[in-house]
Parts: sequence; structure tokens; C-alpha cells
Amino acid sequence: MNWIGNNLPLIGERTLDHIAITAPVILLSFLISVPIGWVANRFTASRGIVLSASGVFYAIPSLPLFVALPVILGTGLRSPVNVTIGLTLYGIALMVRSTADGLASVDPDVTQSATAMGFSDSSRFWRVELPLAGPVLLAGLRVVSVSTVSLATVVAVLGVPTLGLFFTDGVERNILGEIWAGIVMTIVIALVFDVIIVQLGRLLMPWTRSSSAAVSRPGRRTRVVAPV
Amino acid sequence: MIEFRAVNKTFPDGTRAVENFSAVIPSRTTTVLVGSSGCGKTTLLRMINRMVDPTDGAIEIDGENIADVAAVKLRRSIGYVMQNSGLLPHRKVIDNIATVPLLKGVPKADAHRHALELMETVGLDLSLAQRYPAQLSGGQQQRVGVARGLAVNPNILLMDEPFGAVDPIVRADLQKETLRLQRELDKTVVFVTHDIDEAFLLGDQVIILEKGARIAQQGTPEEILANPASEFVADFIGADRGKRRLTVSSTAQPQGDDVVLIDAGGYAAGVISAPDGKLATGHSSPKSRSISNKTDQAGDA
Ligand SMILES: Nc1ncnc2c1ncn2[C@@H]1O[C@H](COP(=O)(O)OP(=O)(O)OP(=O)(O)O)[C@@H](O)[C@H]1O
Ligand SMILES: [Mg+2]
Repeated sequence: MNWIGNNLPLIGERTLDHIAITAPVILLSFLISVPIGWVANRFTASRGIVLSASGVFYAIPSLPLFVALPVILGTGLRSPVNVTIGLTLYGIALMVRSTADGLASVDPDVTQSATAMGFSDSSRFWRVELPLAGPVLLAGLRVVSVSTVSLATVVAVLGVPTLGLFFTDGVERNILGEIWAGIVMTIVIALVFDVIIVQLGRLLMPWTRSSSAAVSRPGRRTRVVAPV
Repeated sequence: MIEFRAVNKTFPDGTRAVENFSAVIPSRTTTVLVGSSGCGKTTLLRMINRMVDPTDGAIEIDGENIADVAAVKLRRSIGYVMQNSGLLPHRKVIDNIATVPLLKGVPKADAHRHALELMETVGLDLSLAQRYPAQLSGGQQQRVGVARGLAVNPNILLMDEPFGAVDPIVRADLQKETLRLQRELDKTVVFVTHDIDEAFLLGDQVIILEKGARIAQQGTPEEILANPASEFVADFIGADRGKRRLTVSSTAQPQGDDVVLIDAGGYAAGVISAPDGKLATGHSSPKSRSISNKTDQAGDA
């Protein structure tokens, strides 16, 4: 464990690297999934296609993808752009389903009454459907967050600086403390991100904490989807 | 005035929901569309605010064909109240009521002040303003729904089975409020229900519909009760069972000035007051409604 004491600044640096890579990926996955999820939910034909495509995509092994992407994109193997795009693709693959499910979970009575009141299609989407899909989106985003934080360790194999470097380096040089530092800090980041997302959700969706009755009207809006 | 001219609606799946419907809905009165489930009431109602567009035929409001009015603009000028209130679960009561004024760009403070006034109008405690819809009872939610429907001070208020999901006592209460509001606010109300008693209670004009929104009979409650146009209508209003044909009880002793009435099933249906020891006849316009109401309660008991 000496290693940890001697390398605190390095641990801090790698942790920040890890955050710098993963935080934008989580945000991007969310933002890009909204329009795709909307399309999936809007048209019956597109739903099946989009959802199976994203499911299949998630099954692609990550390492080959990260090796292949630079070739496809013409970026350098260690370019952060390459890593960001690769991780975001996985994030989207997870998040699209949550978005589509979330939008589908909105009570049709509510959307109808919004229409009847004179919401235009776009204002109805942004001000009614998307916020009401919020709890399901939130559940999905938490999964994306954890998955991204752990997946980002893999890109260390390519030499991209993340906490994953502690695994590769620690195994190579047989330093147990270094491996532990990598594991623990990855978990800490995942937990902190999760807390931030949950708190953000509470802040942005005050109606969900006002009462449990909000989600327990029988047969309505209870289709909360188990993420993964 | 709302006028339907030979309106048809066939849904993409081939369902003919409305077949050649023509009717005039006079201003500042309540017209009730009543009929059994699936006969096309909601479809008719939703054609008035263009949530459903007719396959052919025209609908005019005060002489203007609504097909020429932008749907969003039209909807913001018409109040709409539906079963289960359709309140926005993520907005507080006060914001729900103020939804349309806020959409139209009314300053928030003004919209909120007006929303509080409306809460009083519909008999809601102002302390509920900051609650979310899920924190209200069904009856309170319906009142919020009505307040929201009134928020833009519309000339027309569309109500689709607004009291279908509340218990009979609360419903009776809400019906009374609706009558009061109509007297005070003088709106053109189009009210949909499948409850004939509610229709007779609330309607100045009642339109009884058969499948495909074909008009079985149209008239005042008194006209329909006195003269059912067909077997279907008689059946629908319960006249054939003698449910509404009341006779003075020959066995029960008159209780003071009141005489007990019995229905065809032999059950006590209510009493009729006989001031001065004899039955008053002649001035009868609101009476048929209250009698029909008593009948129903006895019949259902
Ligand atoms: N969007 C739609 N697509 C296809 N058919 C529809 C659609 N909306 C309604 N219908 C059909 O049109 C007919 C009339 O429906 P409508 O909702 O107007 O009935 P309703 O009188 O309001 O019934 P209820 O009392 O049950 O609410 C029904 O047969 C219904 O199945
Ligand atoms: Mg209906």
C-alpha cells in the first residue's frame, strides 16, 4: 500500500482524467438519445428497428470497437475524440431504450389533454412528455453513468490516460496497491456521479418526491422499466 | 352557436364513428350528448376543437368554418374538461389552472392571480394551490380541471364525462356546481355523458345518440321524457320499464302534505308535495328534472 501514499498526486490526476472523459460522454449520450428515442417512440415501425439496433450495438465487444473506430473516423488511436465517440455510442445504445420507454410511459390522457389545451406539438414534447418521462430517463441515465465509468477503464489498453492505466500498469509491474487504487477510485467516481444524477433528478422533478401516489395510480404510468 | 353540418368521421382503421351528424348547439346553453359507450360522443366533442377532423362535412362556430382556424389557436380559445381531469402531474394546481394563459404569454403573476380567483369560483380551497395533482382527491382534481377549462374565459366549454370517475355523492355535488357555474358564467357548454339522469339534470338541450352518432332524439329533457321518439329512446331513458312513470301510492297513507309515489316495480320512488292538502299541478318546468332524479335514486337502490 506504500504505492498509494507515494502516488497520491498521480491518483488525483488520473481520477480527474477519468472524470474528464466520462462526464461529457454521459451528457452526450443523454442529449443524443432524446431525439432518437423520440423517433423510436413516435412511429410504430421505427420503434422495433431502433431498439433492436441499439441492443445489437451494445453487444459489440468494446476493445475491437475502440481499435476499429480510429480507422473508420480517421482519428488517432489515442485521440480523446475516438474514445469519446466510442463510449458515447455505448451510452446511446443503453439510453435510447430508456428514452423510448420513458416517452411511452406518459399517460395518454395527459398528452391528450395537453393537446386539447392548445400545446403545439413541440411545446407538448418539451414541456409535457419529456419531463413526465423524467423518472424513466433518470433510471436509464444512472445505468449509463455506471456503465460509462467502468467502460472507460478499458481504453487504458490503448494508452489513453484513465484510471484503467492503474490496472494495466499495476498488473504488469505487480503492484497490488496500484490496482486497488484504480478499482476504488472507479467505484468512487461511479457513486459520486450517481448521487449527483439522483439529486439533479430530485431538483428537476419535484413532483416525483411530493408523494408516492404520483406513480401509483393503478394501471397508469407505472410501467417503470427495469434498466439494463 | 356551434353548428354541425352533415359531419362524417371514418377513422383510418375503417371505424365509422360519426355518420351524417347535423345539429345546432345554441350559445349560452348547455347541450348534453348522451349515449352508450362507443356511440361517438367523444369523437363529436373532439371535432369541435379539432382534435379530430371530420372526414367530410363542416363544423361552424358562429358562422366560421373551424377548418379555417389554426388548430392550436382554436384549442386555446375553447375550454376542455375530461374524465380523470387530465391534469399535468408535474405542475402544481395553480400552474395547471394557469397553463393556457401562460402558453398565450400572459405574465405569470397575472395568470396566477386569475388562477386563484378561479379556484374560488369552482369551490376549491386556496391552500391547495401549491399541491401537485396526485395530492388531491378525485373530486378536487375534477374541480381543478374545470377551473383550468375556464382559465381563458372561453365562450365554449367542452366537458367529456367530467364526473365519470368520482363517487355519486361527489358527483351530485359537482353537478350542482356545474349548474351554478352555468347560471353565473353563461357559457356554451357541450357536455358528454352516458348517464341519462345527468343529461336531464344538466341539459337545456339533450341529444340522445345511437351508434355512429345517429341522433335518436333531440330536445329539452321535458320533451324527451314526455314523448320518447322511439323504442330506443324509451328504452334508454328507462320509460319502458315504467321507471319514470310514477303513480300515487294507493296503500301508503299520505304523510302530512306529502303523497308517496311508486314506480312500476312497486318501489317507493319519492314523494310529491301537496300543499293545502291537494296536489299542485300546472307549474312544472323544473319539476320533471327533480322527479326524474329521485326516481333514479330509488330505482338504483
Ligand atoms: N383514434 C381512433 N381510431 C379508430 N377508432 C376510433 C378512434 N377513436 C374512437 N374510435 C372508435 O370510434 C367509435 C366512437 O368512439 P368514441 O370515443 O367517440 O365513443 P364514446 O361515445 O365517447 O364512448 P365512451 O362512452 O366509451 O367514451 C368507437 O367505436 C371507437 O372504437
Ligand atoms: Mg368518450
